[in-house]
Amino acid sequence: MNLWRQPGFWPSFLLVFLSGLVVLVLRQDTLRETAFTVLMFIGLASSLNILMGYTGYVNFGHIVFFGLGGYFGFFLVSEMGWPVYLAALGGGVLSSILAYIIGAAVLRLRGAYFALATIGVNEAARAFVSNFEPFGGSTGLYVNFSAYDRYGGAGQALWFTFILLWLVVLAVIVVSYLVKRSRFGLGLSAIREDEDTAMVMGVNAPLDKTKAFLISAFFPGLIGTLYFFKNGNVEPDDAFRFQMSLEILVMVMLGGKGLLLGPIVGAFAYERLRGYLLTSVIFKNLHLATSGLVLLLIVLFVPGGGVGWLRERFPKLRRWLE
Amino acid sequence: MILQVQEVSKRFGGLQALLDVNFELAEGQIMGLIGPNGAGKTTLFNVINGVYPPTEGQVIFRGEKITGLPSYEVARRGLARAHQVVRPLNDLTVRENVMVGACFGRERHSRSSAASLADQALTQVGLIDRADQFALSLNVAQKKRLELARALAARPYLLLLDEVLAGLNPSEIAGMMETIRTIRDQGFTILMIEHIMQAVMSISDQIIVLDYGQLIAGGNPQEVANNPKVIEAYLGDPEMTARLLAE
Ligand SMILES: Nc1ncnc2c1ncn2[C@@H]1O[C@H](COP(=O)(O)OP(=O)(O)O)[C@@H](O)[C@H]1O
Ligand SMILES: [Mg+2]
Repeated sequence: MNLWRQPGFWPSFLLVFLSGLVVLVLRQDTLRETAFTVLMFIGLASSLNILMGYTGYVNFGHIVFFGLGGYFGFFLVSEMGWPVYLAALGGGVLSSILAYIIGAAVLRLRGAYFALATIGVNEAARAFVSNFEPFGGSTGLYVNFSAYDRYGGAGQALWFTFILLWLVVLAVIVVSYLVKRSRFGLGLSAIREDEDTAMVMGVNAPLDKTKAFLISAFFPGLIGTLYFFKNGNVEPDDAFRFQMSLEILVMVMLGGKGLLLGPIVGAFAYERLRGYLLTSVIFKNLHLATSGLVLLLIVLFVPGGGVGWLRERFPKLRRWLE
Repeated sequence: MILQVQEVSKRFGGLQALLDVNFELAEGQIMGLIGPNGAGKTTLFNVINGVYPPTEGQVIFRGEKITGLPSYEVARRGLARAHQVVRPLNDLTVRENVMVGACFGRERHSRSSAASLADQALTQVGLIDRADQFALSLNVAQKKRLELARALAARPYLLLLDEVLAGLNPSEIAGMMETIRTIRDQGFTILMIEHIMQAVMSISDQIIVLDYGQLIAGGNPQEVANNPKVIEAYLGDPEMTARLLAE
């Protein structure tokens, strides 16, 4: 398939591409930090979308792969001296392996049971890492300042990490699109709509949903490594924030689940919203409640999310808003 | 023989849904499966296509034992099914629904060749005008046709049709019968469950009758219609008896 000829691919790809490019051209540190957060959430939400939007398995524990993959990648940098790009790949691979193991246990569950099990997985992962000495237990790990030397100092390393993140998020978009338009992706949507019927029609649901889970888990592992490397440290409370898992999920719903553009728009919109809320005295301490409320409102009134709503309202735009 | 069902039994807890069912189906034939409500007809389909395994017995498809294989493995071997209770993939278009059949059925087509196969199947069942609509928007008769198109697009060796005429009005029934006849003429082997006697009698080469989970009769339509056991089985259902005797 020639990606450059696909009207459903361009808007999403360009949006992410330009967001990164602007930062590289303007070269401001604060802008870079903001963009890092937004791009990170786009990557996390889009990868969650592969399991949740395409396959219909609502995962409240997506952050586990960010946390565990990120921890492992960070460990490879700080303790083993790996360059960050290889370490990030290591983090991604570990996340996929974990997804395979976790999937064998929980992918047999459907609907609300699956969703509930994923909440448990998040708490279990935090408890495990807090007591795992090689990962520094409850204090976590720090990167030695000399690790930044090979990138030309700490300042350069931050820019380098940003570029890596940008490339990873572009890769998430490309992979998401390819999956969506493939035969495999058609099988995933069949599973989402009615798993038993999909199987009667020949879709190997146990295998295909495991594959979807592996792909979905790979990218948070990469992104987690880059995020913790940028911060210079990693600790359990930072790596397994249930709040963040919920926010990623809200972003997918806000933009439109199952759509390539959905999580991107959702991440931008939610970050904007968060900006307003953080400056408001009332909402500052009601962070979790606010994301819960936003989720409730979307599910009740715009189940297709913003992009889904646009698709319905303007059928002519559909081919661009995939 | 394309399908051999040997000594198949199925229990659900205390309920014996199927008991020692034996029959064979030859290639190119249409076999009707009739019997009162709750006789176990749909259960027999579920056992044949691997929705669940039989408690006892064997299912042999094209010489291969498929007992206990998961349904997607059975589908790949060339067995497709239209459900009694329609199960469209609601959030997909009608065309995409049918493409799933072509992509994951016996021939495992790529997405692009599946699209043209889907259009063929949709033309055949008279649903091509709706190809770009969401499956959710179809009415019951159209959903039944969609079930049929999905099964056809899989290019199966054997088609299982579970009451595709149920819930249709007389003119829709006539249309659907016409479609099934053209499918038969293309050489598909069909096993069909049907309540509408006239339809089954006129279209089937062979008929088997299930009652309380057991096969009580089998043969060509004439033989079955005149079999006292069959008439007796339907006696609890006056409407059915009338239909049967009217034949
Ligand atoms: N999954 C199941 N669990 C328990 N009982 C079932 C199940 N499926 C069917 N039955 C029972 O088995 C009997 C046969 O049902 P079914 O095969 O649907 O009949 P038919 O299709 O001939 O009307 C019925 O009594 C039904 O309630
Ligand atoms: Mg039935």
